Amino acid sequence: MASHLLEIDHVTMQFGGLTALNDVDFTIEEGEILGLIGPNGAGKTTCFNVITGVYQATNGEVRFQGSSLAGIERHKITKLGIARTFQNIRLFPDMSALENVMVGADAHHRSGLVSAMLHLPRHRREQEDGFLRSFELLELMGISDRADDAAKNLPYGYQRRLEIARALATNPRLLCLDEPAAGFNPAEKVELMGLIRTIRDQGYTVLLIEHDMSLVMGVTDRIVVLDFGKKIAEGTPTEVRANPTVIAAYLGEVEEDAS
Amino acid sequence: MTFDQFVSTFWPSTITGLVLGGIYALVALGYTLVYGVLRLINFANSEVFMLAAFGSFFAVDLLGIPDRLGDGSNPYKSGFSLFATLGLCLLISLIIGAASAVVVERVAYRPLRKRNAPRLVFLISAIGASFAIAEAVGEWGPKQREEYGLAKYFEKQTLFTFFGARVRNDYVLVVVAAIIMATALVLFVDKTRVGRGIRAVAQDSETAKLMGVNVDRVILITFAVGGLMAGGAAFLYEVYNGTARYNVGFLIGVKAFTAAVLGGIGNVRGALLGGLLLGLIENWGASMFGANQNIGTMFSFITLVVVLMFRPSGLLGESLGRSKA
Amino acid sequence: MSSDDISDRKGPPTAAAKSIAPGLFGWSSDLRRSWQKWWRNIPTPVRWGVLGLFILFVYALPSLGLPLIPTQQSDFTSVLAGSVVPYIMIALGLNVVVGMAGLLDLGYVGFYAVGAYAIAVLTTEHASLPWLIAMPISVVVSMIAGVLLGAPTLRLRGDYLAIVTLGFGEIIRIVALETDWLGGSVGINNIVAPPNIGPIKFIGKERNIAFYYLAVTLVIIVYFFLRRLEDSRVGRSWSAIREDEDAAELMGVPTFQFKLMAFAVGAAVGGLAGTMYASKSRFILPDNFELKLSILFLAAVVLGGPGNMPGVIVGAIAVSYFPERLRFLNTSRYFWFGVILMLMMVFRPQGLIPRRLRARRLNSRAGPPGPPDKPEPFVDVAEGDPDLEGGSRGIAPA
Repeated sequence: MASHLLEIDHVTMQFGGLTALNDVDFTIEEGEILGLIGPNGAGKTTCFNVITGVYQATNGEVRFQGSSLAGIERHKITKLGIARTFQNIRLFPDMSALENVMVGADAHHRSGLVSAMLHLPRHRREQEDGFLRSFELLELMGISDRADDAAKNLPYGYQRRLEIARALATNPRLLCLDEPAAGFNPAEKVELMGLIRTIRDQGYTVLLIEHDMSLVMGVTDRIVVLDFGKKIAEGTPTEVRANPTVIAAYLGEVEEDAS
Repeated sequence: MTFDQFVSTFWPSTITGLVLGGIYALVALGYTLVYGVLRLINFANSEVFMLAAFGSFFAVDLLGIPDRLGDGSNPYKSGFSLFATLGLCLLISLIIGAASAVVVERVAYRPLRKRNAPRLVFLISAIGASFAIAEAVGEWGPKQREEYGLAKYFEKQTLFTFFGARVRNDYVLVVVAAIIMATALVLFVDKTRVGRGIRAVAQDSETAKLMGVNVDRVILITFAVGGLMAGGAAFLYEVYNGTARYNVGFLIGVKAFTAAVLGGIGNVRGALLGGLLLGLIENWGASMFGANQNIGTMFSFITLVVVLMFRPSGLLGESLGRSKA
Repeated sequence: MSSDDISDRKGPPTAAAKSIAPGLFGWSSDLRRSWQKWWRNIPTPVRWGVLGLFILFVYALPSLGLPLIPTQQSDFTSVLAGSVVPYIMIALGLNVVVGMAGLLDLGYVGFYAVGAYAIAVLTTEHASLPWLIAMPISVVVSMIAGVLLGAPTLRLRGDYLAIVTLGFGEIIRIVALETDWLGGSVGINNIVAPPNIGPIKFIGKERNIAFYYLAVTLVIIVYFFLRRLEDSRVGRSWSAIREDEDAAELMGVPTFQFKLMAFAVGAAVGGLAGTMYASKSRFILPDNFELKLSILFLAAVVLGGPGNMPGVIVGAIAVSYFPERLRFLNTSRYFWFGVILMLMMVFRPQGLIPRRLRARRLNSRAGPPGPPDKPEPFVDVAEGDPDLEGGSRGIAPA
């Protein structure tokens, strides 16, 4: 079954005495939207961090398109085709929205010192290409009207969407979204769901961490549930929703996000 | 050729290395405490040291303690008056150290903390403060840019020899005093409530605040304690070296910081170990080139780079990702 | 109104760009908006004209006899050529490292020294190369020094980097001091001056003017290339690294490579300034390169606004000119620089010059590092993720 886009193969992540991920094992198929859910502290963001190379797994292996990601530098993992957003927004605050996205677009560019200083054809081509693609992404996200504003001055909703645009600019095959709807009102969440579907329809695969159950149930194809670093369930939204272990894990937490 | 020099002067340079190391260790404690709590290299710590050294030099002069005549009659103190003189100097150094450290915190760092400034900004302010103080003393201080020597009141006598190396009484004083002060600090950080507060803020200031710790006060105390250590170091430096200049802080400061990093930044015992080790490394290096202090300085810097490259958490520090629960 | 800023990229706008970006607007402040409107409304040839006039004015400055220094005109030129313009170049170079890439370098004087010593060694009895050959070689040597310093140290966290660079600056000075081959404490003498170009003589009474022209020309060239860098993948990557290095890495920016590049470029520019200094004063000593200069350079950049090229030029002028002009500031200048650094950090970390009043192009940066304006700070995802920052946390139980 070498056709999985991403394989988390029995990954364990330990920090000293703390085991953040315990023998987690699942796969992501091309073109699907996979939800990663679990109570707070379950290890979801740690999972993202392992996938994107922020941490090296203590045990186990992460494979992308068949090859292991062990020991590969973070920026190279991005170039291989995995991009992400952050739970707490990490835009480049003093750069404009457009520039933020262009940094993502630069991931696959190669012009360097000499090209830039002498305005060689490669530089000019990449500038043009980067600019156009970035602007298109801003339009896709619906935030192109403030392309020149500094990222830190953008309204919260714009910032979240800008992060997605920036991640998309790196031309990933797998897009990892870490709580993209945090702080959104219901209308914005619906809009986001549409956006995520559009993204998938454009050919990207999406891995989604989210707390809002209705969003997760509504937009994902499959769900993986973590609790205390272990995978406790996996399946379609309907299956997971009815799973007693999952319900028990969430007991005491409001199912529908009341924010 | 250079190795021979090293071998032949091994014991003397080791002994003075330990003495120097004791001084570094105390100053390093100041760096490591502030870094642990604020993640900031307190560049101005070196100037706190300098001010304390100058301060007690002055006090001694002002109070007319050394024999003003100095015309051949024995100026050295002994017995009670010696203790009193030393005690006074130490006290003044400690006070100036703590006070100036607190002032620096208030003036240079607190406004930045209130504005949530990024680290780069803190560092720039730190170095600005360091320069401003040193230059102020150099420009308008009593001795301006000249070296200021202390009148002799303390007779340096050889107490005994160790493998042919002289061990002077001031060496012993420095090392013993350093150990006492450092031990006191270790106990303070470990056992007292305030010390626990410092450790809490160092690990997670937000949670500490939620737990009722007055973070501002803890930071103030941290600076004060670091200043006390620097003051103590200044006093010992004065005893051992007998001279000071407006820029004496800089080199001592950088090396002391190196020592703190060497032992593990944020780690109090590490600062001690680092200080002693650095004193040794520096002296040994210098001895290879005819006791050339500049070469010794270079060895210190190179040590810093090497340690940071291969073991950025230092000798005793925790390594990343394996923090104790 | 809206399409002019896309079409304001260098070169003619493409049809595609215009059609894709019809609705762009959104300046961050009214002042900037009105300045840019005004400036943009001036036809391009006129703008070039104004720029040209300004450059002419700069070249003519020494001959204008303005009462800017209370002594003779030749002193003014000497100050300009020997101090103001070289410091402008240094500020531009340090700006690359500190302002654009966000790397605190406290030992920039080291690259200045390497450039100066390189040309000194190459043109005196050690090698006796002609100036025109020795100068570029010296710049390259400086660049190599930058790479050599950066390679082992740029993986370190910012505060560690600061102190290591501080050490580096001192090490260079100590090496020069202790190495006889570099002249030791006596220094190197009889450094060759540039060859005369027609009536412009680099030796003799008229050397100040000659060096001034040379320095200004070099600054213009450096500025030109640095602007191009800013405006490119390189500059964007530097900004991204400065703003958030970890996020930049995760967006595909090879951070180490670019940090090294920043060091190399900064070192090259610093070394260039060093060669100018050595050629003009004809002899150098280790004392010329003391640590304090690094603070002066840093003050110039900080005053002008890190990352802001026109700003750091103004900062360099302030830092080099005023101590000359106001004699009473002369020996206490470093004290004031220290105070300036502290005050600027508290009140205006972005520098004296307001956020870039440059035309909004697709490439313009929106300003240097500073505390976030919005009450919603970008919280570090590293909270609880100790591995996203280096170094151990807290004070280990002793």
